[in-house]
Amino acid sequence: MGAGLGGHKGVWGAWPWCLRTQPCSQAADIISTVEFNHTGELLATGDKGGRVVIFQREQESKNQPHRRGEYNVYSTFQSHEPEFDYLKSLEIEEKINKIRWLPQQNAAYFLLSTNDKTVKLWKVSERDKRPEGYNLKDEDGRLRDPSMITVLRVPVLRPMDLMVEATPRRVFANAHTYHINSISVNSDYETYMSADDLRINLWNFEITNQSFNIVDIKPANMEELTEVITAAEFHPHHCNTFVYSSSKGTIRLCDMRAAALHSSHFFEEPEDPSNRSFFSEIISSISDVKFSHSGRYIMTRDYLTVKVWDLNMENRPIETYQVHDYLRSKLCSLYENDCIFDKFECVWNGSDSVIMTGSYNNFFRMFDRNTKRDVTLEASRENSKPRAILKPRKVCVGGKRRKDEISVDSLDFSKKILHTAWHPSENIIAVAATNNLYIFQDKVN
Amino acid sequence: MAVVLSLLLHGLLLSSMGEEEGLHQTQFLDTMFVRGLKRKCFDGEEDIEGTLAGIKAIPSYNLQRQSLLDMSLVKLQLCHMLVEPNLCRSVLIANTVRQIQEEMTQDGTWQMINTQSTGQASLDRLVSTDILCRSSRDQAEGKQGTAYGTLSKDFESDQAQDSSETISTASAVQAPRNLQSNVWEMESPQENKGNFQKSLDQIFETLENKSPNTVEDLFSEVDNSYYDLDTMLTGMMSNTKMGHCDSLETFSSPTNTASNSNCKSDLNDLDHIVEILVES
Repeated sequence: MGAGLGGHKGVWGAWPWCLRTQPCSQAADIISTVEFNHTGELLATGDKGGRVVIFQREQESKNQPHRRGEYNVYSTFQSHEPEFDYLKSLEIEEKINKIRWLPQQNAAYFLLSTNDKTVKLWKVSERDKRPEGYNLKDEDGRLRDPSMITVLRVPVLRPMDLMVEATPRRVFANAHTYHINSISVNSDYETYMSADDLRINLWNFEITNQSFNIVDIKPANMEELTEVITAAEFHPHHCNTFVYSSSKGTIRLCDMRAAALHSSHFFEEPEDPSNRSFFSEIISSISDVKFSHSGRYIMTRDYLTVKVWDLNMENRPIETYQVHDYLRSKLCSLYENDCIFDKFECVWNGSDSVIMTGSYNNFFRMFDRNTKRDVTLEASRENSKPRAILKPRKVCVGGKRRKDEISVDSLDFSKKILHTAWHPSENIIAVAATNNLYIFQDKVN
Repeated sequence: MAVVLSLLLHGLLLSSMGEEEGLHQTQFLDTMFVRGLKRKCFDGEEDIEGTLAGIKAIPSYNLQRQSLLDMSLVKLQLCHMLVEPNLCRSVLIANTVRQIQEEMTQDGTWQMINTQSTGQASLDRLVSTDILCRSSRDQAEGKQGTAYGTLSKDFESDQAQDSSETISTASAVQAPRNLQSNVWEMESPQENKGNFQKSLDQIFETLENKSPNTVEDLFSEVDNSYYDLDTMLTGMMSNTKMGHCDSLETFSSPTNTASNSNCKSDLNDLDHIVEILVES
C-alpha cells in the first residue's frame, strides 16, 4: 500500500526512490496529460498531437521477477484531430487536455479524453481470439461457392495474437464556447462534468446531444470579466458535490441538490499584505484542484505553493507547502516570458499522506504531510539509469553554492513538469517531462 | 516617443521568443517587484536581493511600473495575434493592467502632463495613454469592440458580422506563428498612414498647454524613421485576426473636442479601456 515517506528507513538524504522502468518513454509530441486508471494497471498519456498512449503493467512472473511492475505500451490511438471552426475562422487544437478513466465494469476499459472543445468516450478492448471455420466464406474472407459446400461445420474460436483496439463510443461536442480545462467522472458512474473557462456542464454518458449547464460565471457584459474557472472535480464519494477553482485563488464547493447555482461553500485565504505586489493575483490563480481519496480534503496548486484545505474550514488552508519560493523574487521575469502562467498539476498518493507536484528544470517535489518533510527530485535522462536511485536535488538561493546544488539563475525554465500521476495504491509515479514519460517506483517494492 | 515604442517592440520580441529566452532580460525589473513592494524609489535598499551585476542605476518605481504596464499592453496585443487567445491569461494580464492604472490614478501620475519627468519621458507616457484613451472614448461613443468579438460572442449568437473579418482572420491563421515575422511586415496602407497622422495630430493637440520647448522637441523627433517604426507597429496590428483593423480605426477616428486630460482623469474611461482589453 502507499506508505508515507516516513516509512522508509535510512538517512533522509538518501531518498529510496528507484527508477524501475526504462529511463523514459519518448513520445512523438509534448505530453499534455497523464493518468493512472483505478487499479493502477493502466497508465494513459495524452499529447499535443491528439494521440493517446496507454501503458499496461506487466504481470508478476517468476521467470523475470525484476521486470515486475514495468509498464509497456498497450495501445496507441489518435483521439482528436485538428479541426477548423469555420464560424470563427479559428483552428481548434487537437491537444489532449485531460484524460479520465471510468471504473472498470466489464472486460473492456473506458476512458474520457478531451481537447479544447470536444470530449470523447473511448472503449479499449482486447481481442485474442477469432472465429474460424465459417461455412459461407473461407479464411481469406472470400465467398465460397454454395454448390461446393457439402458439409456444415460450426465455427470455432481460435487464439490469435493479442490485438488491442480502441473505438470511440461517444462524442460529446458543441457544448463549450471556451476552452475545456477539466473533466471529472461522477461517483455514480453515470454522469460526468466538463468545465471550460466560464461554464461547467453535466453530461450523461448515454446522451451526447444534450448537457446540463450547472455553473455559469460568464458576466452579462464581457467587459466585466475578471475571473475564470481554472479547474473542477467531483467529490470521490458524494455524487452531488463538486468543487471548482478560479483564477482569483478561490475555491467553490457546490451541491447540485441546491436549487440555486450559487456555491454552498467558498474557500479563500486572506491575502498577506506584506507580500502584495502587482503579481499577487496572478500567482494566486489556482492551476489545479484535487480531492483527497478520502474526500475530506482538497488540494490546490497555485504558482508558488500547494495548499491543503479541510472541507469544513473555509477561511484558510490547513497546510501550505512552498514549491519553489525562490522564484518569488523573479516574478517580473517570469511574467515577461509567460512562465508565470504555467499551469502545474498536483496529485495525492493513495493514502493521502504524500502530495506531489512539478516545478522547473525537470524538478518535481514531494511533501509528506505527516512528517512535514519534503524532497526535490529530477526527471532527466542524464541523471537516471535503469534501477538507479534518484538523488535529491537542491536549489541554492543565495550565498555559497554547494557542489551538487543548482543556482536559481541556472534553472532551465523550458523544462517544466506540469503533469504527474500517482498509482492509486502503490508508490509508483509517472512524471511527464516535455516529450518524455518517466515512471519511478519505490525501491522497497 | 521612440523610447516607449522601442520598449514595446522589445517586450513584443521577447514575448514572441518564448520562455527559452531566459530570465536575464528583466532581472533588473525583478528587483522592484520583490516581496513587500513599497511605493517609493528604490536606491539599493535591503529589499533588493540577488545579483545586480552590471546594473548601474536602479530605475525609479514609476518607470518600473510603467514598464510593467507597457509589457502587459504588448502581451494583450499579442493575444489578438494568436489563433485563439488563452482567456485565463488575458484576464489575468488585464487585471494587472487595471491594478496598475488604479494605482497610477491614485498617485496622480496617470495624467498627460507630468511636470516632474523630462519631456522625453512625458512623451512616452503620452503615447501609451493617448492610445488607451482613444479606444475608451470610442467605446463611450458606443462603438462596438468587435476587435475582441471572439470571446464576447455567445456560442449560439449570430456571427454574421464576423464575415467581413473572416478574410483577414483566415490569412492570419495561415500566417506563420512566428510573431517576429509579423512584426517586420511593413503593411503601410494609406489608411494606416492616415491613422498615424491623425494620432499624431491628437497628441499635438494635447500639448498645447505644454511648454513650447517640449512641443519643439516633439516636432524635432518626428522623422521618417520614427514614422516607419510606428507604421510598422500599426501595420503589424492590422495584420492580425478578427477585426483588429477595427481597433486601429478606433484609434484613428476623429476625437472629440474635449481635451485628452479629461479622459485621463476619468476612471470610467479607464475601466472601458481595460474592459476592451479584457475582451481580447
